[in-house]
Amino acid sequence: MKTPLIRVRELSVGHGDTVLLEKATFDVERGDIFIILGGSGCGKSTLLRHLIGLETPLSGKISIAGIGAPRLEGAAPRYGVMFQSGALFSSMTVGENVGFALQEWTELPAEAVSAIVRAKLTLVGLEGAENKLPAELSGGMKKRAAIARAMAFEPNLIFLDEPSAGLDPVSAAELDELILALNGGLGLTVVMVTHELESIFKVGKNCIMLDRETRSIIATGDPSRLRTESEDPRVRQFFNREAGGR
Amino acid sequence: MTEIGAHGKASRLNDRLSLVAGLLQRFTWERTGSDQAQRIELGGSITIDDSAALWKRIGESIAELKEARSVEIDLSRIRVIDGACMALLVHFRSDVRARRIRCEFVGGAAEVERIVDLYGGHKKAKRKRAVRKPANAVEQVGDATLAVFREIRQILDFFGQLVVSAILAVKNPKTVNFHDVGPTMERAGADAAPIVVLINFLIGLVMAYQSSAQLKQFGANIYVVDLVAVSMTRELGPLMTAIIICGRSGAAFAAELGTMKVSEEVDALRTLGFMPLRHLVMPRMLGLIVVAPFLVLLADAVGIAGGMVVAATTLDITPTSFMIQLRGAVKPSDIISGLVKSVVFAGAIALISCQQGLATSGGAEGVGRRTTGAVVSILFALVVLDAIFTILLAGLGL
Repeated sequence: MKTPLIRVRELSVGHGDTVLLEKATFDVERGDIFIILGGSGCGKSTLLRHLIGLETPLSGKISIAGIGAPRLEGAAPRYGVMFQSGALFSSMTVGENVGFALQEWTELPAEAVSAIVRAKLTLVGLEGAENKLPAELSGGMKKRAAIARAMAFEPNLIFLDEPSAGLDPVSAAELDELILALNGGLGLTVVMVTHELESIFKVGKNCIMLDRETRSIIATGDPSRLRTESEDPRVRQFFNREAGGR
Repeated sequence: MTEIGAHGKASRLNDRLSLVAGLLQRFTWERTGSDQAQRIELGGSITIDDSAALWKRIGESIAELKEARSVEIDLSRIRVIDGACMALLVHFRSDVRARRIRCEFVGGAAEVERIVDLYGGHKKAKRKRAVRKPANAVEQVGDATLAVFREIRQILDFFGQLVVSAILAVKNPKTVNFHDVGPTMERAGADAAPIVVLINFLIGLVMAYQSSAQLKQFGANIYVVDLVAVSMTRELGPLMTAIIICGRSGAAFAAELGTMKVSEEVDALRTLGFMPLRHLVMPRMLGLIVVAPFLVLLADAVGIAGGMVVAATTLDITPTSFMIQLRGAVKPSDIISGLVKSVVFAGAIALISCQQGLATSGGAEGVGRRTTGAVVSILFALVVLDAIFTILLAGLGL
């Protein structure tokens, strides 16, 4: 049996005295498109920040195969991250953004870095945009550029925070296609937070659903199957886009 | 008498305003029933234009609730009501219920019922919300004092982290972003030179001018040189330059890093393997520390030049006499103590502005708040550090 790429055991996360998720246990398999779901304020993005290593858990353990506990600083990136807003460095061009880590962490000459940058931008459909500033890009293009930056170090794992949020339907669909292409073509494992239902059913292979009230995982598995087979009314409500009694 | 007269006038004005408001009012508000079981019958059209009059009526009714056990708000004669006015009525009902008086909406046409429903008019009474007691003056002073100590602790924590990071960076200097030191020096140093020159020249000029009148009385004109030169080199040169650096670079660093923080650029930097302390803070601190002594030397020179202009024009001290007196007036320790101060001031400016920038949260408003906080904290720190320096140097006999 293959070992999972990410193992999460008894993980509790929160801010200060506020606990958002208690004793969560789940695995992310290699080659998966794993989606973290849940209503607003249930701790999806906070959980993602813990998986990335931007926050320290209250308790519990996260282990990434070949890395151990998520570590970020002081070494070349071991996995890619795309933030909700793209978080491109506004003072740099798109090309400099994508090539930034390569320039710092490798001995590659500038010409080689440029070649890789051009290839990564072509991969995400942004060929020719290397000299543009982030402010000149549309929302969808910013997210694509952020994916290119996250892919610069050839990671086998990428984290995406609400990739389709704030995008028009066409750009959102194109981004879904890109995620499927990266997963299918390169075998990239994708962990993403989203609550765009179309996106979830189109790209999601596995998911966990978090619940704010119980501060726990209330459903695990294939989102398409959960929609029809789950007996939990909260899960059905979410997947069938039904209003909850407030 | 005057007071009573004024009060009477105000009261008459209020009555007239009420009359005008009453004439313009398109709704009716009638109180019926007994004092214990009150009934408020509303009628007509109540829209946003009537909201002020409605709010006034609500206020008056609250005052008339003293003996009431129950209040019924009858909506059956309302023709039109909009959301804003319905919200005011729901608020009125909550207020009445908070006084342990039963209060319900009754009646209302289908159109009105829809609005009542939409604004939670038919929801059951919720448990009484805990009312937050406003903090009194002593509590506010206490909270503010604790906030100051918390802020100082955070700055010292940050300083500790920076020192540890700097020590570890010695082993691996490649992790420090030296590329940004040059641009920081240019922005904080070369670009600040004109304003440093102008302000310090004027400071020297004003100081000499103000003191000349006093010195003339004692025939001690020549001592204007000592006064200006020692003040500029030991105190005003470093302090004024630090204040200029604080206003230009301190505010810029805090705003820059704050914006990077709220737009997740700092997080993105971390995910690419960079340490914000070594990549963002150290180059700014190094740049400021290197450039500050040069700015202070410039400030000293132009401040003394300002004094020289006044000495030559109003005190009949020739530039040659001024220079001869200057050689005896200023000791190397005066200049050196000013330069040492400038390095410490620059370190404090970079430390506080970067700490405040990286502690930003909450969007554009947060950036503004932290930038203001950075400038205020830096000015406070500069004055405290200056006082410490004065006591230390006096103790050392320098």
